[in-house]
Amino acid sequence: MNDQAVALLPLLVTTATVVVAMLAIAIKRDHRLIAGITIVGLNAALVSLVPGWSIVEAHSVAVTSLMTVDGTAQFAMALILVTTLGVLTLCPAYFDGYGGHREELYLLLGVGTLGALTLACASHAATLLLGLELLSLPMVGAVAYPIDRPRSIEGGVKYLILSAGASATLLFGLALIFAESGALDLASLAGAIAGAGLGSPIITVGAAMLLAGLAFKLSFVPFHQWTPDVYEAAPLPITAFLSTVVKLGAFVIALRLLHAGVGAASPLIVTAIVVLALASMLVGSVLALRQTNLKRLLAYSSIANFGYLAVVLAVPGVEAVRAAGVYLVTYLVTSLGVFGVMTLVSSPMARRDREDIDEYRSLFWHRPYLAGILIAMLLSLAGIPLTAGFVGKLAVIGAGVQAAQWWLVGGVALASAIGVYYYLRVINALLVSVDMNPDQATVRFGGVYRASAFMLLLAAFVTVWLGVYPQPLFALGRYLAFP
Amino acid sequence: MTLVWLILIPLIGGLLAWRAERVSSAAPRLIALVSMGLALAISLWIWATQDLSFTGAGFSAAAGAAHWTMEFRVAWIPALGASFHLGLDGLSLLMVVLTNLLGIMAVACSWRDIDRRSGFFHLNLLVNLAGVVGVFLALDLLLFFFFWETMLVPMYLLIAMWGYDAPGGKSRTDAAMKFFIYTQASGLLMLISIIALAFVHYDATGVISFDYHDLLGTPMASSVEWLLMLGFFIAFAVKMPMVPVHGWLPDAHTNAPVGGSVDLAGILLKTAAYGLLRFGIPLFPHASLEIAPLAMWLGVAGVVYGAVIAFSQTDIKRLVAYTSVSHMGFVVIGIYAGTQQALYGVVVQMIAHGLSAGALFILCGEIQERLQTRDLRNMGGLWTRLSNLPPILLFFALATLGLPGLGNFVGEFLILSGTFVVAPLIAVVAATGLIFAVAYALIMVQRALHGPLQGAVANTALGFVDLSRRELSMMLVLIALLLGLGLYPQPVIDAARAPVQAFDTHATHVDAVRASAALDLRAATGGSQ
Repeated sequence: MNDQAVALLPLLVTTATVVVAMLAIAIKRDHRLIAGITIVGLNAALVSLVPGWSIVEAHSVAVTSLMTVDGTAQFAMALILVTTLGVLTLCPAYFDGYGGHREELYLLLGVGTLGALTLACASHAATLLLGLELLSLPMVGAVAYPIDRPRSIEGGVKYLILSAGASATLLFGLALIFAESGALDLASLAGAIAGAGLGSPIITVGAAMLLAGLAFKLSFVPFHQWTPDVYEAAPLPITAFLSTVVKLGAFVIALRLLHAGVGAASPLIVTAIVVLALASMLVGSVLALRQTNLKRLLAYSSIANFGYLAVVLAVPGVEAVRAAGVYLVTYLVTSLGVFGVMTLVSSPMARRDREDIDEYRSLFWHRPYLAGILIAMLLSLAGIPLTAGFVGKLAVIGAGVQAAQWWLVGGVALASAIGVYYYLRVINALLVSVDMNPDQATVRFGGVYRASAFMLLLAAFVTVWLGVYPQPLFALGRYLAFP
Repeated sequence: MTLVWLILIPLIGGLLAWRAERVSSAAPRLIALVSMGLALAISLWIWATQDLSFTGAGFSAAAGAAHWTMEFRVAWIPALGASFHLGLDGLSLLMVVLTNLLGIMAVACSWRDIDRRSGFFHLNLLVNLAGVVGVFLALDLLLFFFFWETMLVPMYLLIAMWGYDAPGGKSRTDAAMKFFIYTQASGLLMLISIIALAFVHYDATGVISFDYHDLLGTPMASSVEWLLMLGFFIAFAVKMPMVPVHGWLPDAHTNAPVGGSVDLAGILLKTAAYGLLRFGIPLFPHASLEIAPLAMWLGVAGVVYGAVIAFSQTDIKRLVAYTSVSHMGFVVIGIYAGTQQALYGVVVQMIAHGLSAGALFILCGEIQERLQTRDLRNMGGLWTRLSNLPPILLFFALATLGLPGLGNFVGEFLILSGTFVVAPLIAVVAATGLIFAVAYALIMVQRALHGPLQGAVANTALGFVDLSRRELSMMLVLIALLLGLGLYPQPVIDAARAPVQAFDTHATHVDAVRASAALDLRAATGGSQ
């Protein structure tokens, strides 16, 4: 096999997995079987990253002019696959009791993953759009998957319309830049955007529209309104996928297009990013304060968290990209953990998830391990030391301080201080002692739950381990830097 | 490696205690007690055998002659230039000994208090203590911050899970949250300062490092120094607590379990003073010099305000909590006065306050256990009912008001006389705090112990029990230590000599004055008797 095929193996394996799963559904409908096929396939895709590692380390591999597999792509693909596998381990347990067809969900997740992988490798506007749509459209189906819940349909439609609007804006932006610069490969686009200024109005407008489109996908304020609604409407594992893999895919593109890897960025774009980041941190944190629904709270918290991450977009240089790598890993592990615990305590047969904070009252006293993991994860989201979240925040603050972006650094500090309050509200609820409700006391672990529980323990372990000894994270983070 | 064990033993002990809950409910307590005892034994062994005349602190050390009594260093996050760097000198040793001693007390006084999840309680307590010891030993700023925050979550859980809901007051979760947010928000400012300091150093030298010795003496513009110093100052001011930012302390104390209160007042508050002495001032000498008058006045405000508010409290535990504000005010004054005499006073005062406040909180817990109330209006006449508890409470009340012969007197006297030579007015105003202290200590004794039987005391059936042997032996140990510190503080002074003198070598602002005010301890204590 030549280098190109080896480098693209993860995409090929993922595609094959989706096709095999689809054929298997046609032959025999079996929830466990399809889940198994998808999980095995994506594991294979993860393993197939390994042979490409040594090739990419030497030089990035261009597969036609549409895709380039470089260090960034490999790093992002690994994260995407690991996170997807984490989400997939939650699905069988969650959907086991669902009455309708359960198997197609895995197709949707598989196609979505493929879209994210495409985004990771995209080096051309065509692949960018292809990847973005491959990632977004299956999510519409996934959000609305439990079609007997009216709320899900509403969420799905909302996501469909707004996401299509965002894609259209992004496409228009790309077209404007193309009209002016005549280039469609990402490197030239990034170069054109870096030169955006008042002297080149068309490129500036194009860059602004492109930024708006990406900001929607990353739910930066003020493009965030869909986030809480869709998070709330989606089944929990899908919420987990939305807040991790979907955002990760979009962020890689943002990094490639907007981040000045070596050269100087356009001051206009940097200002725009600073404003978006500050708004996301502060608005996200403030709006999270009053939420009583844990899913909505986490939606706002993810808005704030991506506001922190946006700091690296405003800071030029390779160091900032490394910081982004560190932050992404910690964010993904933590989000997976939080949503994982919520998934495990939610009853899949019920018409809604267990999502009110009140429903989590005194969880610690009858499900100490699950609640303990949830507490660790919430502390990690709040960025308290001894957890991975602190390391991520440290990296981001470091990037901000290095570039003397004091507004952003101050924003991170203020938003984190506010953040502590709403995370603690949830933790307080977990710790309240009330008389045990026999319904809640039933322990339901066994079979498929064991896989999810194992994944959660692993996530908790990784969170604490990276919090105490973050060196591997920083070593890993450098793979995200452009080679 | 011994230093690592000082941190690891409580940590491992905590984990064992947590798991041991399955064996029996008594096992966690025993394990916690044994591990704290072991840690105390190790720290005393260090005191007995090691040469404490070294310190790596201060500016002479920055010149390259860094030498610690004990030191340990391994790579931690090479990518950031952060290492797992521990060092011990006399000051850290004294603080570690205090921590381990009060750790034992905190375990012992929770013996009967904690009835549910005692394994998890002891895990939190011991992790907190491990974090505190780490703070006292860390020589890498990132590591320091790491331990600084490690203290936080366990303390939060101790208050939120095993605390009391004050009747008519705040719930324990609210108090815990207040504590957490105050400390976390101020801690973030310190984190930004630490990172910014590291980058300033990087710009100047091209080496990225968080190491204490590297960062000491980093050249920077005075405006930058001011900003960075403020980050540290605010974090320490909140933890100390200095007056405008003390709001978390009374609530945290009122709602905390007894063991948590002992930990909080006796140990946690000292980390702030230690942080100022070791990091806050040496890293930013010029800015600290400029802020010194303000800081000392804040200290004075704390002394007077804490005492006045304490006087008007009706909850005995809240009263004791405000006395902490008052006593820590003296510590602030002493630190920023910067004379040797004042600094010796600071060290003695920290230890004495740890012992006396710890004892008073334990006594509050014991009173509450017996009367089911902490309301002073509901007490009275205890003296006629019990034979041991009242005189012991009187003893610690006298200690807290600064009776000569007890540790607090030595500390306060040294601080005041050391401050007088540089800032006479401040010393004079702060000295009025001693008069207020008499008022609040005696009103507490008066209301709790004397007068006619009333309220809870009168209602309780006759047979309520005096101090048990466990409680009595705890009290006797604390009494003996306070007496020892008051009558013969020389061992403590000797242990602190090297760090105090090193601190002194760069506090150049008072050189001339200080020369005439060289420490003569015998004259100081002798003259007063």
